[in-house]
Amino acid sequence: MQSIPIEHGLILAGILFALGLIGVLTRRNIVFVLMSLEIMINASGLAFIVAASRWEHADGQVMFLMILTLAAAEVAVGLGLIIQMYRRFHTVDINVLSQMKG
Amino acid sequence: MQDLIWLLPTFPLLGFLSLVLTSGNLPKQAVAVIGAGSIGLSFLTAAAIAVEFLGSGETHFVLEVWRWMSVGDFSPGFSFYLDGLSLVMMLIITGVGFLIHLYSTGFMLDDPSYSRFFAYMNLFVASMLMLVLADNLVLLYLGWEGVGLCSYLLIGFWYEKPENGYAARKAFVTTRVGDTSMAIGLFLLFAQLGTLNIQDMLHAAETQWAVGSGLAVAASLLLLGGAVGKSAQLPLQTWLPDAMAGPTPISALIHAATMVTAGVYLIARTHVLFELAPNVQLLVAWIGLITLLMAGFTAMTQHDIKRILAYSTVSQIGYMFLGLGVGAWSASVFHLMTHAFFKALLFLAAGTVILSLHHEHDIFKMGGKRKQLPIAFASFMIGSLALAAFPFTSGYFSKDEILIAALEMEGPGLLLWIGGVIGAFFTGIYSFRLVFVVFFGESKGHHEEKEVAGFSMATPLFILMVLALFGGWIQIPVDAVFSHGEMPEEHHISGLMHGIMIAVPLLGIAVSYLFFMSKTFSVDKLMANPLAASLHRFWFSGWGMDALYDLLFVKPFLFLARINKSDLIDAFYALLVRVSQVAHSMLARTQTGQLNWYAMSIAASVVLLITLGVLL
Amino acid sequence: MILLFYIAAAVAIIATVAVILQSNIVHALIYLILSLLAIAVCFYVLGAPFAAVLEAIVYAGAIMVLFLFVIMMLNMGQRSIDQERSWMGPKVWIVPAILASVLLAQLLSVMTQYDHELALTSVDVMQVSALLFGPYVLAVELASILLLAGLVSAYHLAKK
Repeated sequence: MQSIPIEHGLILAGILFALGLIGVLTRRNIVFVLMSLEIMINASGLAFIVAASRWEHADGQVMFLMILTLAAAEVAVGLGLIIQMYRRFHTVDINVLSQMKG
Repeated sequence: MQDLIWLLPTFPLLGFLSLVLTSGNLPKQAVAVIGAGSIGLSFLTAAAIAVEFLGSGETHFVLEVWRWMSVGDFSPGFSFYLDGLSLVMMLIITGVGFLIHLYSTGFMLDDPSYSRFFAYMNLFVASMLMLVLADNLVLLYLGWEGVGLCSYLLIGFWYEKPENGYAARKAFVTTRVGDTSMAIGLFLLFAQLGTLNIQDMLHAAETQWAVGSGLAVAASLLLLGGAVGKSAQLPLQTWLPDAMAGPTPISALIHAATMVTAGVYLIARTHVLFELAPNVQLLVAWIGLITLLMAGFTAMTQHDIKRILAYSTVSQIGYMFLGLGVGAWSASVFHLMTHAFFKALLFLAAGTVILSLHHEHDIFKMGGKRKQLPIAFASFMIGSLALAAFPFTSGYFSKDEILIAALEMEGPGLLLWIGGVIGAFFTGIYSFRLVFVVFFGESKGHHEEKEVAGFSMATPLFILMVLALFGGWIQIPVDAVFSHGEMPEEHHISGLMHGIMIAVPLLGIAVSYLFFMSKTFSVDKLMANPLAASLHRFWFSGWGMDALYDLLFVKPFLFLARINKSDLIDAFYALLVRVSQVAHSMLARTQTGQLNWYAMSIAASVVLLITLGVLL
Repeated sequence: MILLFYIAAAVAIIATVAVILQSNIVHALIYLILSLLAIAVCFYVLGAPFAAVLEAIVYAGAIMVLFLFVIMMLNMGQRSIDQERSWMGPKVWIVPAILASVLLAQLLSVMTQYDHELALTSVDVMQVSALLFGPYVLAVELASILLLAGLVSAYHLAKK
């Protein structure tokens, strides 16, 4: 069987990360920002799996599991916050929440 | 017994501490006993030490109480040095001091701050004793500063009146100028000679510095600056007349008998330095002469009884400086002692007059008081005779010795002698002007008052009268200090000179008699002449020195203070504050509160850091 | 297999681009699920079957569904779609694009230094669980605590 050069895997992770970053910086809807963050987290998980494949052990998958757990907890809390925000301000525009100004 | 010399300043110091710690809660008798008693104990101790010292025949004695500080090469001790000069000084301070304290127990009886008065007086005597008994210049400077402080506290004793505060401040600031000069002199001496122990320093100076060398001139000039400040000589003499704002006993103690003589003591103590710089020594004589003449002129025009005596003090200290300047060290110290006697007598008697006449100070509002105030009259007569150097009073002996020594000096000695004789003429005039105006003639005002002179006030007056009359016969044991083992010289003065010196004061007394007693000449007719009137005004203002200093120093300083009203130095710190405020407001603009912006800044910083990591 | 990897990678990239360009939020979520599933295929090809399955079940199945639930709950409707379109003018893309491309360039320059061929051997579940119960047991416990904390806070935050 042929094999994939490791760079390609890492390049894929890098591209996905950059795309997620663009999403975070561009969008004004907080749900989209959270989604773009998920994309970034997933990209870093991909990098770990590529590394695990390179060394042929399972540590990368364990790390991916941890990352996943983290993402799950973070999404739960984040969505709770979004619900609160919507209930109070009746909007999901992140520019509205600027009381921490100055 | 000599080991007990440390008790001398300790008794008054304990008196001060106990009066301060009880702070006015003790009954007046207790305060009087503590206040005057501590000085009395010091006097007894001093007398006992004196007897033993003179009997033992040694020339000096040192007692180190403890080592004060030890820094590198600099290790002065709290040491006391006893020789003829400090013996004389300590006896004067404790003796005359005790008499004045005794007098004050009666004089200040009605004052509410009785305890504070004695506390300050005791502190003063303690400091003065440390000054004269000091073995090294550092301890001397401690005493020097202490007496300056107490002088300030006591001049401004009745601080409720602002003028007293100003007078105290003027005294302190003026003497401070002298103190600074002296401190620089101490630094110079230590830097050059490596020690501040007086005797060691003088020996080192003798061996290391040539006569007339720049260092000797500089050191003695700086010390002279200090002496001039404390002793109220030209150019720092303006504070003493205003210092009469304080109670009369302190004028007697501080500004007649003791503190103002500290300058004379300093020069006498460090006389080796002055002998190494003959020009400076001559300067001392000239300062003394000019001051005594200036003060003499001014004393003739004053009409406040205490101010006349104050200018008289300035003038007499001028004589002492004159004596120091011509090398008559023993004579100057002798005059110091006799002056302490008769000036204290005069001031205390003036206190009696003032107190009896309900705080009247103007002599032209008094007159014919000799039946009303007999003791004061007797005191003033005797004191003025001594002051004017009437033959065979104490003042006569001491003043004559100085003038003879001046005459014997080569060079400007004759000029100095002539100046001194003219000064004696004026002394006769103004001292008896006071006596005639106050005690003779018609009585003006205050007819019914009886003399206030209880036991505590009369006794010191009597003792001082005896001393003023007969104190001239006392031989002070200071020759050993100054003569370096040589025999005292014989004096060769022609009979004519001697006759002139005796006659001139009598001439002054006669002139004063003619003007103020028999009214043969009238002062008013003299004042009608416009030149005379303007001269009178000029001399009255102390030769315009107050106005001069106001112009030279006070006005520029106030001008600078006014310019700097917005405080340039503070502006620098305000600038620092402003810079940080601006930086803060600039940075605060980066906190927009918007999530977008924060995410952008995080991403940008990460990119930047990675760039740096990649590049470097 | 290799080809499968590249196809899945391409799908993932296209889907991700679609996510960030969408104005309808539900459509964006669906695209994201697609992207995640494609990544799961990549995982499988790279020899991590356990991770692939986890990605599909947990990430795509649980987390994204959670997203959907919340969005349905918020119920923002057509108005929100129009709002999104109005916010996404051309100007907002410039600076993020530059920043992200610089970052990408840096990442690529670092990553292309490594020259290694992946063996693509499958690391199966047994090996993973051996590690989880062995050296990384503490990490597992901590992860469970994290999840508990997330649970409690989510419950609390979402209360009325």
